[in-house]
Amino acid sequence: MSDLTRLTISQARAKLRAKEITATEITEAYLQAIDRANPALNAYVAVTGDKARDMAKSSDARLVKGEGGALEGIPLGIKDLFGTEGVHTQACSHVLDGFKPRYESTVTSNLWADGAVMLGKLNMDEFAMGSSNETSYYGPVINPWRRSRLDTVVMPTTHQGDGGFVSAGGSKTQRSLDNAQLVPGGSSGGSATAVSAFLCAGATATDTGGSIRQPAAFTGTVGIKPTYGRCSRWGIVAFASSLDQAGPIARDVRDAAILLKSMASVDPKDTTSVDRPVPDYEAAIGKPIKGMKVGIPKEYRVDGMPEEIEALWQKGIAWLKDAGAEIVDISLPHTKYALPAYYIVAPAEASSNLARYDGVRYGLRVPGKDIVEMYEKTRAAGFGREVKRRIMIGTYVLSAGYYDAYYLQAQKVRNLIKRDFENVFAAGVDVILTPATPSAAFGIADEDMAADPVKMYLNDIFTVTVNMAGLPGIAVPAGLDPKGLPLGLQLIGRPFEEETLFQTAAVIEQAAGTFQPEKWW
Amino acid sequence: MSVDVKTVKRVARLARIAVSEEDAERMTGELNTILGFVEQLNEVDVSGVEPMTSVTPMEMKKRQDIVTDGNKAADIVANAPATEENFFLVPKVVE
Repeated sequence: MSDLTRLTISQARAKLRAKEITATEITEAYLQAIDRANPALNAYVAVTGDKARDMAKSSDARLVKGEGGALEGIPLGIKDLFGTEGVHTQACSHVLDGFKPRYESTVTSNLWADGAVMLGKLNMDEFAMGSSNETSYYGPVINPWRRSRLDTVVMPTTHQGDGGFVSAGGSKTQRSLDNAQLVPGGSSGGSATAVSAFLCAGATATDTGGSIRQPAAFTGTVGIKPTYGRCSRWGIVAFASSLDQAGPIARDVRDAAILLKSMASVDPKDTTSVDRPVPDYEAAIGKPIKGMKVGIPKEYRVDGMPEEIEALWQKGIAWLKDAGAEIVDISLPHTKYALPAYYIVAPAEASSNLARYDGVRYGLRVPGKDIVEMYEKTRAAGFGREVKRRIMIGTYVLSAGYYDAYYLQAQKVRNLIKRDFENVFAAGVDVILTPATPSAAFGIADEDMAADPVKMYLNDIFTVTVNMAGLPGIAVPAGLDPKGLPLGLQLIGRPFEEETLFQTAAVIEQAAGTFQPEKWW
Repeated sequence: MSVDVKTVKRVARLARIAVSEEDAERMTGELNTILGFVEQLNEVDVSGVEPMTSVTPMEMKKRQDIVTDGNKAADIVANAPATEENFFLVPKVVE
C-alpha cells in the first residue's frame, strides 16, 4: 500500500468517497507516522489515538452509507489553543497544567460535524506569543526542513563495495543536508511542522500577528488568516481578542480552501463573528485572474532584506503578470508603524485576557501565605519569560498616566494603517502581493534573537499589518532559497474576499509547484 | 520614556507576578528595549484621527436578556485546583 500520509486532503477525500481506502487505514497511517517522528520533531503535545480510532470508525460507517460530510475521515491536528472537550488544552503553558475543558470550541465542533478525525493537540508558542515556537512549555518544535549544501565529491576510481558498487572515478556535486536544527516559525509551529512532515492531513492554527502565515512560509506549507470575524473565536484561548483569528495550515491551496470552508461559520456565541454566509472557497481555484489588479507596496522593500526575498517577490510579480493580472505600484505609508503599534495593542489585550490565570479556577496553583501571594507565586511559576514580558508591557501601557500616550496613540495609528489599505482598495486594487517573511527559517536558539526581543518581533513585519487592519492574508510557498529552504509570498485581500486570495494563490502555486522536505527524521 | 527597576516592580505587583531582584533587573532592560522600539509611534501625526474601537464596521450583536445556559456548576469547578461542594477554595481573604 502506498503511503496514505502523502495524500492531500482532496486526494484522500476522493479515495475515501470511492471506498478505495478507509478512514481507519489513513488514521492508522498517521498515528504510526506520529509515533515514529514525534520524538525528533516534537510537533504533538498530546496524541489522541483512541479518540482518533473511534472517530475514524464512525466515519467509515457514514462513508459506507454514502453519508460522509465534507471532511469525512480526514485526520487533522489541532493547535493546543483550541478548547477540545476532555482533551489536553493548555495553550502550551505551564499555568494551564492538567486543563481539560468541558466544552468544544466552535471551530473544532464545525470540523467534527463535517466528519474530520482528531489526531491530537499540536505544539505552539506559549499562549501564541512567539515567532519560533521556542516559548512552548513543552519545548521547541523542530522544522522538518534543513539547510543543504552543495559539495564536490571525488569519486573513487574503482571501488568494490559491499553492494558491488563500481565507479568510473571523477567528481560530482551533491546536495547534503546540514544537521543544524531550524525553527518552524511560530506561534503555530506544531501545526506547520505536522503538515509539512506528513503527521496530519491538515491542521488548525491561529494568527494574531503572523502566527499562521510565518510558520507556513518557513515550512513550505499554505496558511491563511481569514478576515477578522470569519471564524468564531469561541472556545479558543484568548491572546489579543481584537487581532486573534483562526485559520488552517495545509499542504496546498485547495486543501486550505477545503479546511477554511469547514472552520468558518456564523456563531452567536462570538459577538465579533460576522453575519455572512460562508462561500465555497474551493470553487475559486482555477478561475482566471486576467485583468485582476495586483498592488505592489513599496514600503515592503525593507532595509537589509536578503536578495533572495526580493528575487522571489519579482518572480511572483512575473507569474501573476503572465497570468494576465495588471501590476500596479502602491503605497501603504503607515506600514512601518504597524509592528510598534502591535506591540502596544497586543500586550495590552493580553494582560487583560491572561488575568484569569490566578490559580483559582483551573490549572496550576502555587500556595502562598495569603491570596495575593498565591496569585503572584502561581503566575510567576506558571508563565514563561516571553508571556511575562508581554503581560508587563501591557500592564504598563494601560496603567494610570500612560494610557493616552501609548494605548490611545497606538489605536489611532491602527486606524491610519487600516485607512492605507482602504485607500488602495478604493483605487481598484483587488489583491496585494508581498513577501511573507523577511528571511527563511533560522536556527534553534538563535543568539541575536535571544538577546534582543525586538529582533524576534521583526519576523512579523510583513504579516502584522494584516491583523491590525482585520484583513485576510494567505502565505503560499513560492520557491527555495540558495540553501534549499522554503520561502513564501503573501497575498492580502479586501475584507471577506478570501476567494480572491485562493484564486490568486492557486496561480502562484501552479507556477511555483509544491515543496516537500527531504526526510531525515 | 523608559522604566527603572522600581517601576518594573510596581508593574509586576499590578500584574500579580512575583519577581526576584534579578528578574526585575533583567525585565527592566527588556522592557526598555521594547518601549524604545514603540517610541517611533510618537512621530505619527494623529490629529483628527479617532482611536480604533472595532476593526470591522459592524454593530455589536445583541441577544435577548434571557437565560440560555446554566446548571453546569460541576463542569465549571471540574478543573479547579481546590473545590468543595461546587465552590472554589482559596486561602482565607477576611480575618
